[in-house]
This record gives sequence, structure tokens and C-alpha cells, in this order.
Amino acid sequence: MRVLAAMSGGVDSAVAAARAVEAGHDVTGVHLALSAQPGTLRTGARGCCTIEDSRDARRAADILGIPFYVWDFAERFTEEVIDSFVGEYAAGRTPNPCMTCNEKIKFEALLDKAMALGFDAVCTGHYARLSLDEGAPVLRRSRDESKDQSYVLASLTPEQLRHAMFPLGDSLKTEVRAEAAERDLAVAQKPDSHDICFIPDGDTKKFLDAKLGERPGNLVDAESGEVLGEHSGVHGFTVGQRKGLGIDAPAADGRPRYVLSLEPVSGNVKVGNADHLGVTEIDATRPIWPSEQPLEGPTECSVQIRAHGETAEAVAEVTGDTVRVRLREEMKGVAPGQSVVLYHPEAEGDLVLGSAKISATR
Amino acid sequence: MTYLDHAATTPMRSDAAAVMSEALAMVGNASSLHSSGRRARRAVEESREGIAAALGARPSEVVFTAGGTESDNLAVKGIFWARRAADPRRRRILASAVEHHAVLDAVEWLVEHEGAEVTWLEVDGHGRVRPEVLDEALRAAPDQVTLATVMWANNEVGTINPVSELAEVANSYGVPLHTDAVQAVETVPVDFTAAGVSALTMTGHKIGGPYGAGVLVLSRDVECTPVLHGGGQERDVRSGTLDTPGVLGLASAVREAVEDRPRHTDELRRLRDELIDGVRAAVPDAILNGDPGTDTAASGDVRLAGNAHFTFPGCEGDSLLMLLDANGIECSTGSACTAGVAEPSHVLLAMGADAQAARGSLRFSLGHSSTAADVQALTEAIGPAVQRARSAGLPGLRQASVDSTTAPTEV
Repeated sequence: MRVLAAMSGGVDSAVAAARAVEAGHDVTGVHLALSAQPGTLRTGARGCCTIEDSRDARRAADILGIPFYVWDFAERFTEEVIDSFVGEYAAGRTPNPCMTCNEKIKFEALLDKAMALGFDAVCTGHYARLSLDEGAPVLRRSRDESKDQSYVLASLTPEQLRHAMFPLGDSLKTEVRAEAAERDLAVAQKPDSHDICFIPDGDTKKFLDAKLGERPGNLVDAESGEVLGEHSGVHGFTVGQRKGLGIDAPAADGRPRYVLSLEPVSGNVKVGNADHLGVTEIDATRPIWPSEQPLEGPTECSVQIRAHGETAEAVAEVTGDTVRVRLREEMKGVAPGQSVVLYHPEAEGDLVLGSAKISATR
Repeated sequence: MTYLDHAATTPMRSDAAAVMSEALAMVGNASSLHSSGRRARRAVEESREGIAAALGARPSEVVFTAGGTESDNLAVKGIFWARRAADPRRRRILASAVEHHAVLDAVEWLVEHEGAEVTWLEVDGHGRVRPEVLDEALRAAPDQVTLATVMWANNEVGTINPVSELAEVANSYGVPLHTDAVQAVETVPVDFTAAGVSALTMTGHKIGGPYGAGVLVLSRDVECTPVLHGGGQERDVRSGTLDTPGVLGLASAVREAVEDRPRHTDELRRLRDELIDGVRAAVPDAILNGDPGTDTAASGDVRLAGNAHFTFPGCEGDSLLMLLDANGIECSTGSACTAGVAEPSHVLLAMGADAQAARGSLRFSLGHSSTAADVQALTEAIGPAVQRARSAGLPGLRQASVDSTTAPTEV
């Protein structure tokens, strides 16, 4: 196959590309330039992927002996990922930009371009197991549970997955690093990336403040309706948040307060004690079924509501365009805008049944 | 392999490579007083004389540098500093909007850090600075101008500027004109004295000479403050031990290029015209950028003999580049200095192109190693490549797919 390897400059995508080469594919490496400030390109660090990352990717491609190019997706990335991230926060939701990037950039903008230019698949260093069963994609958690990224890939459509390649799904991160060292890839010891790539200092609130400005509103006691304080915008809060609420007076019952809900139209941030934080029912919309098999009737499953978050047992059922998830045990910090991913626990790796965006919780 | 990127760099001429290899095996600092030093000095001075003769300058006007970028920086910053020191009212720089980044960024640095003011000289639709534009910019306040800088020939679209006419205008106001002639020397009769310019940049690797060896031709009556300080080896304007092998290789390449120029230029023009015709036959809506004229006008050449620069509507330059590269054809989306990322070319934007057109452009540049087979390979490959690149489209033109924002839901 002709394979386009997306190379971030990290160790995972470098080893993934190496494995694609070794499997006998005709591989071309591409680094995606995602920064919206081309003016800073020649002078130093970018908010997103630095020049250094691009060079690391290039050096890995050199070692693998594959052609390498830098493709500019900055405009698409700004539109589809950053603007949507900011918009979601402004609307009181909590988005996952990595998921959006997979959906809209790596497996849409990049994949579309790759296919048009004659490639058959896009290869990335994601940790997830992907295979085909009679033409239907089968997406599972990776063998390395601590690195599993099936959550952020679960919103890919079957068509996108048919042209995706994740060569690291069966490996542990330690094995991948060891393999990189064996292959003389200089990125073998490069630290893992953690934060949101376009917020390099990790200060999401500062980033959102700069984008959205002041949007004052009230902190309101969810039960009494009493105004407890003011804030500069609902985008500074996430459901389940405890710290940084800026309320001086302690609650009447003396218990810590948490953000329970965000109301962007009124500007109210409702707070209350942990009892109100628990959620037992989730509604989620626009489901994606990676294996093209929508749930039929009430289905026992295991659900996850954030990347690297814990799971809970549940029963899910589809009605129209909505998935209703009844949790067997309470989950805390479930925020609209997040994705709920439904898994079927299996020995060969939990199978991704589907995913949908959380619209309401009870 | 089909190499169509001579404007980026050229294969080294075999004579230049030979004299360099020989010189690399010899010891001798051209500033040393013993016989090895004198031998190196003699080789440098003979090279200097050869280069001066080939470029219509005096030997004392040839300042060796480490290449085009250094020469441009030295000219722009050095003349700015010296002329401002002589008269503090002088702060303005006049620069064409299509200069190479080595000039553009040096000018912008002076604006940011040295209180310089800049007037960007507009170009016409072919990327040319008209003398009346320079005249108008100078007329406003000639006594405040430190220098003007206009490239001899543009590296992207190949348009040749009327340098002697521009120099005449600048000289009439007593303002020195620097010209970056990096792209011009191989195919345009560049004569420093006859052109009347005050400073001229050239470099080795664009004419079949070595990388990292260049010249700033600097008129004897132009003051220039050094950028590099040290031993003052080059007229106290440039410091650093002379790179004797590089200087020898450069001189050899200049001599051969200039001797060959009349024959070579005719040959290149013929090949280039075949290339343009072939590309147009394969892709009828391809747009040739730069001056489409037949190369000569009353004042001389109007387009570099080896340059063909096209916009392919509906294509992204980097898609096309990759597809051609996969077929062994090497070309460029413009200046190679943008860290591997295809930014819209400032040259095309200054010429009035929109950003989409600027991103869908490719430069094919022929040089001393080009053959008819190179042209044929391109004309055969370009049609299918454009067709395929068009299906990949321009990312900016895509409709955003069903968006992820529904009306806010409050819980």
C-alpha cells in the first residue's frame, strides 16, 4: 500500500512509520504544520508544533529512508480545532480538542488530501488496536492500557478507520522506546507530550480569557438560588471543578462546593456539594459506530467519559439520534461537550462499540 | 533525476571543484607573512582581480563574504549605519517589496531595533520596480534616505529590474543603491560600474561555485560599517580569515559563468521556452508569472533566461511538488527559506496575486546542467500531476463539514 505517515516529531509516530516501512509499504512522511502564526516559523518556538519537532520528524524520516514533507494545515486547524474549542467553552461545554483534531484534521483534511494524491492509508502513532472483520473496522483498546488512545479515536467513522493504520496498538510504550533506540531514532528518549498542543504553557483559562475576553456572570447556589459571587466567564469553569471558584463564605453545611452546571446564556455557574455532582444518566447525541453496528436494544457496556478517565458499567440504548446511558454507579464530573465512549469488555482488548457527544446529564 | 531548481542552488562546475580540492590540501592563511601565507594571499588576490574584471568592478571593490545573506546584511545594515552616522537625519531605507528575505528581514530588523524607517517600493504586476516609483519615493525627502535596495533579478518569478535606470535615479539624489544580483550573474550581463550601483551582492552556489562563498561589491566611495568585527581582513569592512579554497572556487565559477554567458543564455532561453510551451500544452490554464516578454527590451533583458514560474489554478504547490518529486522531478514552490512550509509567496502577493493563487505556484529554474531531456520529463509529468493535485484541492476552499456546535444545552 501507499501509506502516508503523519510524523509529529515524537517517538510514537516515528516508530509507527518505521513499522509501516518494515511491513513493506511505500511510505511517505508528512509533518503537519498547525501553527496559525507563520510569522514565527523562522524565528523560534510555535504555540503548537515547534520547528524542533518538525526537525525531529525529518531526522526520523531520514533514518527510515522515506521522503518527507511539511504540509501546512494551520488554517484548517485554527478553524476546526482551536475555534471550535473556544466556541465549545463559550457555550458552557468541555470539548476534547485531540478528538476533534483526529476527526477533522488527521482523518479528514489529511486523509482526504492523501487519498486524492494516491495514498491508500494514513498511519499514526496512536495506541489503539485496529483490524478489519469482513470489511468492518474493529477498534479496540491498546495493549498498553496506560497509553490507550481508543477514546480519542472512537469518533472516527468506519470510512475513516478503513484508511487508518495504528501500528503501535499491540505494543507497550516501553517496547516502542526500546525499538526506537534499536533503530537509532534520536527521538527514543524524547519526553511524552501531555498538554493541549496549542496551549503550550498549559494555562487553558488564560488562553480562553485572551480569546473570549470578560463575560461576567454569577456563581449561584444550585439549591437556594443565592448569588455567592461573580466570575469573568463560564469558560473558566468545568463541571466537577472544585478549586478556584473564588467564593469566600463557606457553605452552610461546611462542605466543599463544586461546579454543577454552566449556563452560558444567563452566565450562571451553579455550584453545590458533591452529592449533586453524581450523574446516573447521560444523554449523548450524534453517535458514531466504528464497526457500522448501531446498538440494538438496551446493551450492557462499559463507558468512559474522558481521555484516560475511569470507566463505569452501564446500559446504553439508542433512540433516534440520541444515546441514553444509564450508569450502574454514579460518575462525577460529567460535562456536556465531552464524548461518551461505549466499550464492550473483551479479552483481546475492549471493543469500541460507539461514541457520542454528551448533551445532558441527570 | 530531473533537476529544475537551479535558482535554489546549482551543481558545482568541475573546474571550480578541482581548484577547490587542490586548495583544500594546502596550508596558508592569506594574512600570514611567510611563504605559505603569501601563496594563499596571491591566490586570493588573483581571484579578486578575476572576479572584479568579470563583474566590471575594481579589485579593491570586491569584498569576500560567506555568501548572499551576509552580503545583503552587510550592505543594508552597514550602509544604513554609516550614512546615519554621517547625518542623523538619515533614517529611511527604500526597499522593493519583492526582495529576498536576506534583505527584507535585515531592513525589518533595522526598523525594529535601530529606529529605521522604511518605504516599500511597489512593484508592477510582473514584479518590477519602475524608476518613477523610486523617483517618487526619493523626491519626498532625499536627505533623509540612507540607501535604496532593489534586486537585479527576482529569485521567484525571474523578473529583471532596470538596474541602471534605477541607479541613475538614486545617484541623481546622491543616494546609494544596493542590488542583490545573486540570481542575475549567470545569465545577465552584470557590470557593476556601468550599472552605476553602489553595492552589489553575489554568491557562488547559484552559478556553479561553492556554498558559503560570496562577494559584496562595494564602491570605493561608499562608507559601510562592519557587521562582523575582528581582524578587518576585507577592507576593514568584513572580518574573518579568508576562505582561500572557497574564494578560488568562486573565482573559477565566476570566470566560467561569465565567459559562457552569451552562448549559455541563448541555450537556456530556448530550453525555457520549450518548457513553457510544453507546460502550457499539458495544462492550458497554467498562468505564467513574471514578465512574459521575449526577454529583451530597449533597456535589456526582462526575464531570467532560466526561469519559468507558474500558477496552477486549483492546485496546492506542495501537493504538486510532492507528486513531481515522486517522479524524480525536482522543483520549488518558491523561495526555499521558509522552513519547509509553503507560505504564500510575498513576491506573488506584492505582484497582486491572491493568497490561493500564491499557494498554487511552482518555480522551474534551469541552469548550466539542464538538458532537453529535463524539459521533456517535466512536460510529460506535469499534466497528470496537476490533475491529481487538483483533486486534492486547496484546503482553504473546502466547506467546513457539519459543525460540532449545536445550540447550548443547559443541564
